[in-house]
Amino acid sequence: MAKTEKVKAPSWKEVVIGGINPDAGSAMKYNSGTWRTFKPVWSEEKCIQCSLCWINCPDSSIMIKDGKVCGMDLVHCKGCGICAAICPVKPKKAIEMVKEEK
Amino acid sequence: MSKKLLALTGNDAAAYAMKQINPDVVAAYPITPQTSLMEKFAQFVADGELDTEIVLVESEHSAMSACVGASCAGARVMTATSSQGLALMWEIVYIASSYRLPIVMPLVNRALSGPINIHCDHSDAMGIRDSGWIQLWAENAQEVYDNLLQAIRIAENSDILLPVAVNYDGFIISHAIENMYLYDDAEVKKFVGEYKPKYTLLDPKKPTTFGGFDLPDYYFEHRRQMADAMSKSAKVIADTAKEFSKICGREYKFIEGYKLEDAEVAIVALGSTVGTARAVVDELREKGVKAGLLKIRMFRPFPENEIADALKHLKAIAILDRADALNAVGGPLFDEIRAALYKKSTMPVVNYVYGLGGRDMGLVEINKVYSDLAEIAKTGKAKDLVTYLGVRE
Repeated sequence: MAKTEKVKAPSWKEVVIGGINPDAGSAMKYNSGTWRTFKPVWSEEKCIQCSLCWINCPDSSIMIKDGKVCGMDLVHCKGCGICAAICPVKPKKAIEMVKEEK
Repeated sequence: MSKKLLALTGNDAAAYAMKQINPDVVAAYPITPQTSLMEKFAQFVADGELDTEIVLVESEHSAMSACVGASCAGARVMTATSSQGLALMWEIVYIASSYRLPIVMPLVNRALSGPINIHCDHSDAMGIRDSGWIQLWAENAQEVYDNLLQAIRIAENSDILLPVAVNYDGFIISHAIENMYLYDDAEVKKFVGEYKPKYTLLDPKKPTTFGGFDLPDYYFEHRRQMADAMSKSAKVIADTAKEFSKICGREYKFIEGYKLEDAEVAIVALGSTVGTARAVVDELREKGVKAGLLKIRMFRPFPENEIADALKHLKAIAILDRADALNAVGGPLFDEIRAALYKKSTMPVVNYVYGLGGRDMGLVEINKVYSDLAEIAKTGKAKDLVTYLGVRE
């Protein structure tokens, strides 16, 4: 999981002109997971490693290690719930949406 | 310095400047009175005289969008428009300046609808006065050509990187034929130089993002940078004019006074009316009237101090606006010049809104302004702050 960078916001003399972003792949550094009301909670025991959650995630918030799902990237997850809805495990899904506690 | 004297229209002069500049990309849509410019330029390209990529689009919104895309990709880009075309570009006009893209655009001034009108006034240019575009204004075809060549250098200066609009009056300048000098291709090529963009979209070794989302945490800083570039551009415009003087033989200023030093009354104007007013000043001087004239060549950035210094010794001033702000106070030039004079002078300053939709502004009308000024200078009082000159009562 990428860690959000906590740096002092640059002054107008420091920011790159024109709103241009010269750093490729910098979206990883931006904490866009602040909109959520519900967060996905993943259970390693119940997971059958079908990867349906990974392929359906509209962001890239299902973390994969060695070809296996290993957790949820909550820095980028917007809480849409698609992963939980798509999870085929029965009777209880391997991903559940739980109200975010601030 | 080598020059050749030719008789050309203002649009031909602009097309010739664009030919010599040889931009990488031109995206444009035809609109009166700009059309003959792009026809001429397209002919140059079709004849193989230059290798510009012309993008023929379906509207001005697309024209400016294509220019923005090409400029992000690192190309030297130009377009041209008028009136409704500019109005249709409006959204992208702001995007061009905010992405800091040095696009140069002849703006052939024409009234905005409605009612529909194709003739000259300045309401189109005034519509983008707060858009972050540098604005130069030409009095005749020669200045159209000269300003365009300088505009490329100004826009592409690494401290500035703002787009430039080169304004000239529709039909009056764009379609009338004048004698003017064209400079040698090689000299112009050397002067405009090569554009080396700092960031480009098509560099696989250094991928960059243009047009990112700029929320409250960054937008203000980027606007502040634009304000800074605009204030720095005055020096670049002056330096460019100095260098250009080696080619053209005269040095362009932000503002140009005509018989102004010893004048008691003066008018201030933009565009072709300045030329007409010169003739009136000469007539009045022969009669012993101390009349003067101030031409504004650079409207953005606004040369506040230079204008105030040039005018402060007068007894009365008339500001001529070929656009009405419809703010119930007066035209845009009037507002800004009054603000420039604040604290420097308490002299009466009056406004004349004239020539809307191509209404003629002749010697008679300008004479009327000077005779009003003589009265105001004598009494120190103006009967009307704003006069609609040449409108049927």
